[in-house]
Amino acid sequence: MTTSQHGFLGALAPAHRDLLAAFAHEVEIPAGARIFEEGGSADRFWIIRSGGAALDVHVPGGPPPVVETLGEGDLLGWSWLFEPYRWHLGAQARGTLLAVEFDAARVRAACGQDPAFGLAVTGAVAAVIARRLKATRTRLLDLYGPPGTGADGGGR
Amino acid sequence: MTPPGAVARSAALPVPYRVAFRAAEAPGIATIVLEPVRSALPLFVPGQFAMVYAFGVGDIPLSVSGIDGDRLTHTVRSVGAVSAALHGLEAGATVGVRGPFGTGWGLPAAAGRDLLVVAGGIGLAPLRPLVRAALAAPGEYGRLNVLIGSRTPRDLLYLPETREWAPRARVLVTVDRPDERWRGDVGVVTALLDRAAFAPGTVAAFVCGPEPMIRATAAELVHRGADPGRIMVSLERTMHCATGHCGHCQLGPLLLCRDGPVVSWTTAEPLLLVREL
Repeated sequence: MTTSQHGFLGALAPAHRDLLAAFAHEVEIPAGARIFEEGGSADRFWIIRSGGAALDVHVPGGPPPVVETLGEGDLLGWSWLFEPYRWHLGAQARGTLLAVEFDAARVRAACGQDPAFGLAVTGAVAAVIARRLKATRTRLLDLYGPPGTGADGGGR
Repeated sequence: MTPPGAVARSAALPVPYRVAFRAAEAPGIATIVLEPVRSALPLFVPGQFAMVYAFGVGDIPLSVSGIDGDRLTHTVRSVGAVSAALHGLEAGATVGVRGPFGTGWGLPAAAGRDLLVVAGGIGLAPLRPLVRAALAAPGEYGRLNVLIGSRTPRDLLYLPETREWAPRARVLVTVDRPDERWRGDVGVVTALLDRAAFAPGTVAAFVCGPEPMIRATAAELVHRGADPGRIMVSLERTMHCATGHCGHCQLGPLLLCRDGPVVSWTTAEPLLLVREL
């Protein structure tokens, strides 16, 4: 929504974005559909055009708790770039999801054939992972909860 | 900036205010509306704070979360003896109030610009008057975005008012820990920036929340091209006198009760990177 592009695609040069587009097609995923499951084969990835996706973790005996949501412009899926190419989390569409879907095996092959393209894609994915790691660490602090960590009164 | 020693005598004298209304906002958080028993304090501006005195217990700084004529609204989280006493007040109770203290958000200086309000937890409290002021001046500012981060859905403040801010504002809400009924976003508040509508080069941003969240938000905005001088943050250090005398709230060259709590990121960033401060 901001006037300058950020995120996965924003990190790529136009030539690399064009190359990546050769492995892409548009998809529409219905509301509530499971997009992938934890431990499943990470053979695709997506850039969300509209709608949202919830990332969740399997826990026995209950619905999978949501750990993060993704929205417009976000990269959905990065496990496809790293062995063993298995999803770390599950994902479910929140509302109708419009996305660009990429064939992971073909993208990986292109990365191997064109080192500059491979470095650019790896760097763009790494930047996404870094942002999510930073966000995860921030949330580990449980910032909004403990007394004296931002409440008016500073513990008094 | 008020020179040292120039604080009016009245700044040290609590003025009696009566609790006109109390509402539970979230677990451990209440909003109290105060009205003057006799004379009122000077008008507060969004971002400023009052020292609110629970008789026999003590006083604490509380940002104004609402300004309605002579009435002052404060939102308090029960975390210690004084805040617990204020949190537990019922309508009709009397408190002492000193103020107004500190710097405001400086909303008028953002005329014509997109506005980005980023709140974490109870940090929404001092930002609410700013949002209200922006909404009350249609055409004065560009696009208004309000990004809210909360621990859980139960901790969200000012419902349903925040829902009513839309569609005049783009209100995006995320929580750290969803419950089974939550259908909104999950994650840190900075993750909402991609869906906010603003021109990074000219946006005026207003950020309040836990300090790590402020740092993360400001750093991300600067990365996107925002002017650090137009990112206003509200900082917190222990305050006692609120008149710039006792030094408890010193942050480097600043006394936050007097030179803050609202400062620009240009001022705040180098200070927040000093571990000793």
